[in-house]
Amino acid sequence: MNLKISALDYVQEVHTGNISAEDFVASTIERIHKIDGTLHAFLSVNDDAVDQAREIDKKIKSGKKVGSCYGMPISIKDNICIKGSKTTCASKMLENFVAPYDATVISKLKNEDAVFVGKTNLDEFAMGITTEFSAFGPSKNPWNTDYVPGGSSGGSAVSVSALECVASLGSDTGGSVRNPASFCSAVGYKPTYGLISRYGLISYANSIEQIGPLTRTVKDNAFMLNVISGLDPNDNTTIDNKNEDYLSGIDSGIEGKKIGIIKEMMVEGINPSIISATKDAISKLERLGAICDEVSLDMVKYSVAAYYTITATEAGSNLARYDNLRYGYDFPVEGYEFNSYISKARRNFGPEVTRRMIIGGFVPSTGHAGKYFLKALKIKSKLTKEINEAFKKYDLLIAPTVPVLPFKIGEKIDDPVSLFLVDVNTVTANLTGKPAISIPFAISNGLPIGMQLLANSMNDKLLLQAAYALEDTVTLPEISI
Amino acid sequence: MTKIGLEIHCQLTNLQSKLFCSCKANYRDFAINENICPICMGLPGSLPRLNQEAVKKAITIAMALNCSTPEKIAFFRKNYFYPDLPKNFQITQLNIYGDTSIGGSGSIMIGDKKIRITRIQLEEDPGRLIYEGSSSKNQITLVDYNRAGTPLVEIVTEPDFENPKQVREFLNILSDLLENLTVSDPSLEGAMRADANVSIEGGKKVEIKNIGSFHDLEKAVHFEITRQESLHSRDIEIIQETRHWDDKRKITISSRSKEEELDYRYFLEGDIPWIKIDSAIQSKLKSQMPESISSKKERYVSKYNIPGQVADVLSSDKFYSDLFEESHTESNAKEIANIITTDLMGLVDTREKKESSKITAVHLRDLADFIQSGKISRNSAKNALYEIVKTGKDLSQIISELDLGNVSDESELIQVIQEVVSEESQAVEQAKSNPQTINYLVGKVMQKTKGKADPQLTLTLIKKEIGI
Repeated sequence: MNLKISALDYVQEVHTGNISAEDFVASTIERIHKIDGTLHAFLSVNDDAVDQAREIDKKIKSGKKVGSCYGMPISIKDNICIKGSKTTCASKMLENFVAPYDATVISKLKNEDAVFVGKTNLDEFAMGITTEFSAFGPSKNPWNTDYVPGGSSGGSAVSVSALECVASLGSDTGGSVRNPASFCSAVGYKPTYGLISRYGLISYANSIEQIGPLTRTVKDNAFMLNVISGLDPNDNTTIDNKNEDYLSGIDSGIEGKKIGIIKEMMVEGINPSIISATKDAISKLERLGAICDEVSLDMVKYSVAAYYTITATEAGSNLARYDNLRYGYDFPVEGYEFNSYISKARRNFGPEVTRRMIIGGFVPSTGHAGKYFLKALKIKSKLTKEINEAFKKYDLLIAPTVPVLPFKIGEKIDDPVSLFLVDVNTVTANLTGKPAISIPFAISNGLPIGMQLLANSMNDKLLLQAAYALEDTVTLPEISI
Repeated sequence: MTKIGLEIHCQLTNLQSKLFCSCKANYRDFAINENICPICMGLPGSLPRLNQEAVKKAITIAMALNCSTPEKIAFFRKNYFYPDLPKNFQITQLNIYGDTSIGGSGSIMIGDKKIRITRIQLEEDPGRLIYEGSSSKNQITLVDYNRAGTPLVEIVTEPDFENPKQVREFLNILSDLLENLTVSDPSLEGAMRADANVSIEGGKKVEIKNIGSFHDLEKAVHFEITRQESLHSRDIEIIQETRHWDDKRKITISSRSKEEELDYRYFLEGDIPWIKIDSAIQSKLKSQMPESISSKKERYVSKYNIPGQVADVLSSDKFYSDLFEESHTESNAKEIANIITTDLMGLVDTREKKESSKITAVHLRDLADFIQSGKISRNSAKNALYEIVKTGKDLSQIISELDLGNVSDESELIQVIQEVVSEESQAVEQAKSNPQTINYLVGKVMQKTKGKADPQLTLTLIKKEIGI
């Protein structure tokens, strides 16, 4: 069974009867069992996946209406709720939490006959960019297992790259889909804020994060977006995209489009091979008829500081509910007074989550909010103003997804500030609500480099068209795992 | 000068669902922890889904209290750990980052005294704690989350009250007003709660929390003023603090200082986008607002010539004023107002009795008609009313079953009068010399006819019979 096919090819093959969903899913599960001991992309595997695929095959054979996914094996980041499945957020706090309901994206995928093969690893509560902060051990980069796969949706990116599924859903708060996509050579998408319902996504920093698909091709990503996007009564922040078809016209090209190269995302400290990859991308875009020149977004230099201040504040509040009273892990309450119980119970959070919650308790507090939290909000609004100005002149913006190449597991774990700075090119899209995509662009010394494009809010379709055009210029070596 | 300010929490009990999910706003009929869902339990991944009706009702309250509503409203998170709070933050509103609460700068009159309303905000009610075990060592706390997420409107006043009496008058007016707006049933247990802050001349502000009923609120304020005055008279400093109302001992007790140090870290609730309240929405809500109590009262007086005091009582109680509105016509209004305020209010005087009462507008209209056309005496009407409330049968049926119809046949009445005249010869003689005493004879006739005789007719016929 060729597991490397794209989502669109999979649909075609199953639709025409060349392959069965059951065989494909069974081979996928077999591969997971074979290689995931090494890669650790998954925190749990769905034992019923093959049976579910068989049911879909029956539907196809009997001529019943089949959903557009045709039993496609999809992996889901373990911070998105699937009814009846463990949803741990890679945290000891939720080690035994079984979600009693489906996230909206899960209901939509179920309606389209997708099969979930398992829940993927992440940094605890999506806080991190390496998966090393998972309470259940890190995932490994399939291009070189000594290296981190990126994060926080590291498990999702690994599973897509290593053919353990056809597509995956991650979540992107400051780059958590695009960063591992870049590190593992996958397509990672962070849509316009509100395009995809967050209902059932366990909140980290709810005002800026979005669920996003990780796939092997840009077209597959557009396909996933077609299934999971749209207005949701259960998420008041969703916007009506009027059932936009992101696949139609994806090959329209980018002739005449104006593309701004973000100056502040090409500064010193950035890896030279990433600089040259970006220059290569620009010349390729120009050859396709785009007009490229440099644009400055001055506030980008404060964006990481603003990002960590805002996300810590929201995390401090969003994670307050984990007091172990209503659900959680086994720790009897008898003999404790309320405050002493919860402060003891909450010690089960890992170091990075604890660090951010401590920051989150401080930066918005009385007497400090003015200096930190409110200032961060000001930067966020100034940055948004700046990028909106830029989009008056440019159709798209470009920058490398991550300023550094994947690094070794353990290399930066004791230096949180240097880890924070890896986010410098991704947080702008989150802080401003703009859509951004990372596509596989180059391999340097056997390690992937991703290229990032950004568009204005609700210009997701244009962004996918541009990404598709750029992807078409790239040929990359096959992964050897 | 004594200054008292109030924070009143009023549940929007008439709504179908909670503030952020589709669980029932009326949680009272459920077994413990049966009226809950992933949203009101704050389960991982759930998001608030704002109940638009709650926003409308809250705006209506703001309008009725003469508040202004900003063009855009927002929700904030109030962060603190407490077992009754499933998310360990409460979604509420505040005005520290600009006016984003549902209402501000309003006022209400109690007589000639103006009470300013600082702010009106919409928020979620927490769950309910249930304590079990007697001694503090063995005590355990259980939580019922059925109430969690119930829509709550908080009304904050300026410290404009000078004494507990004004507080009580304000609360009476306010609960009548809320009931009249059909937003809340203040008589439901826990539907209205309040905190108060009290300061006397020369002392610091003291907050009193945990007051479960309006009745206790007045007591708590009274207690607190007395406590502060007694401290003051002994030259003991009154410190700024939060005190809890002890329901059993009816005193206020100092809270642990730790609670005052709480930093709520308020920030915008990103899961609920800003809500635009344009003037079109406001004028639509205004046009749908029920007539105010004071305007009703004025109408009753000017249009039907109902005495001011009767109109006052009638208009301020929604149950009775609704009955009046449905039943009255121009010609019977005064009679119906009279039946309601003199007889019905005595019969149906509690929430339970109102709920079980079978009386309808048709009953009242019939009663008024029968009285006005002389088919039934006022006295019999009162007896009939008792039956109506109890059984809901229609008036003619009750009259025939209980034989309450007026003695309309003159000859029948004359016969009774003749009996009385022969039995009461002494009284007859007395009446002849002193016509004032004739009422005794009328009374005797009424007695014999079980109140069914028309008093006016009886009087005329007696006079004729004894020749005066």
